[in-house]
Amino acid sequence: MTLMGTLQAVILVLVAAGALAVARARDRVRQVLLLSGYGMLLAVLFFTFQAPDVTLSELAVGSVALPLILLLAIFKVDKARDADKARDADQARRGRR
Amino acid sequence: MVAWILAVGLHGIVTSRDLIHQIICLVVVQSSTYVLLLGVGYVTGGVAPYFYDISQRAKAVDPVVQALTLTDIVVEAAVTALLLSFAVQAHKRFGTLDPHELVEFRG
Amino acid sequence: MSQRQRLILFSVAMAGLAACFGWAASGLPGFGNYPGPYGPVILHDAVAQTRATGVVSAVNFDYRGFDTLGEEFILFTAAAGLSVVLRRLRGEREREPDREPETDNSNKPGTSAAVKVPALLFTGPTVLIGWWLASHAQANPSGGFQGGVTLASALALVYLAGEFIAFRRLSPVMLTDAVEAAGAGGFAVIGLIALAMGLPYLDNFVPLGTIPGSVSSGGTIPLISFFVGLEVAAAFTLIIGEFLEQTLLIRRGLWITSRSSWSPGSSPSACMGS
Repeated sequence: MTLMGTLQAVILVLVAAGALAVARARDRVRQVLLLSGYGMLLAVLFFTFQAPDVTLSELAVGSVALPLILLLAIFKVDKARDADKARDADQARRGRR
Repeated sequence: MVAWILAVGLHGIVTSRDLIHQIICLVVVQSSTYVLLLGVGYVTGGVAPYFYDISQRAKAVDPVVQALTLTDIVVEAAVTALLLSFAVQAHKRFGTLDPHELVEFRG
Repeated sequence: MSQRQRLILFSVAMAGLAACFGWAASGLPGFGNYPGPYGPVILHDAVAQTRATGVVSAVNFDYRGFDTLGEEFILFTAAAGLSVVLRRLRGEREREPDREPETDNSNKPGTSAAVKVPALLFTGPTVLIGWWLASHAQANPSGGFQGGVTLASALALVYLAGEFIAFRRLSPVMLTDAVEAAGAGGFAVIGLIALAMGLPYLDNFVPLGTIPGSVSSGGTIPLISFFVGLEVAAAFTLIIGEFLEQTLLIRRGLWITSRSSWSPGSSPSACMGS
């Protein structure tokens, strides 16, 4: 097996493990960070597949832009829940009085 | 290999109880298509299809599937963003990201 | 449907999919020897026909230009749909009765210098790289898609370094919308110009240049790439901006709800007194 073939095999295994890790993670923020790393692994894989064009695209989209959007959405959802909790707690406290 | 990524992602979507988790699993499922396309187009010993400083007769990998993958990635990002906005809106309306609870609000 | 039923249904569907997948995969060529009909033809003719050394870009913006146009409009539609969905949300928030005009920033920790300095340092180079990527599609492994996303992430760096205000000042919604429309429209108009010249839609009508891979080579390829870059950059800026706005509104909303829960009826001290 050539050097390139070995490299491709190794990175394919890493990508497979990465996909499993992303899909299994339960904590949202951890999952997004794993996704970012997975995007970078994919970019390396595409590079060994002789596709520099796709590599650049995957780097920019998969490991920067998408995680950023996801993080913003998660932050927004978590904050909303905190706000709801605070309001519920307030109402409960006022109800008791 | 492609089947593995696809299966892992699909399993994640089906067993998940969180819309954002499902969206991320969908991203994983989509990534299997990139690996498939590029894997199909790869030619052993081929170079990247850029003839800026190499001979035009050099053996190169297939540019058509690479172009397909390129657009695939951008579409994926757009679709994910749109889905996320739906998830955020659903959370705003119903206060939950669990699809099982969302079913109750039908109609 | 219970979780258990769902899993059973999933395994049945998955078995069917696996069978089809295995059948399809058995018909695939072996890894590393692709006999596809189009690749070799394009590899053989692309440089001579388009004077572009980046064959992937040539495929994307010339041979398959119509497809890319449709794909660009997917992005355009997604960004438009996203802003419709999220902006209606914002309207709801703004009907909040006792809304304070200014947020209380005093207790919010500022960005640390360890984040701020590198972010500011990298903003300029990132813009440059994005611009370069978007405008050299015909020669190098680059193009409007990569360049556009890179430009948008440069703006995100500005947010990281400073504040939302700076982000908004650099990318006002009106401007982003206009640039996005210009990007999408420019692509379509290039196709229409070809039509007006009596050529097929999106035909490559600009002189191709003589030196393959130089800046002025490739005919419409760099032009289309540039418009795609505009469109992608604007769309991503719009998307990131909308989500950022949401986040900030919630931050503000948290503060309002914690205040307004006291305000109806009586003041905190009266509450305590009773």
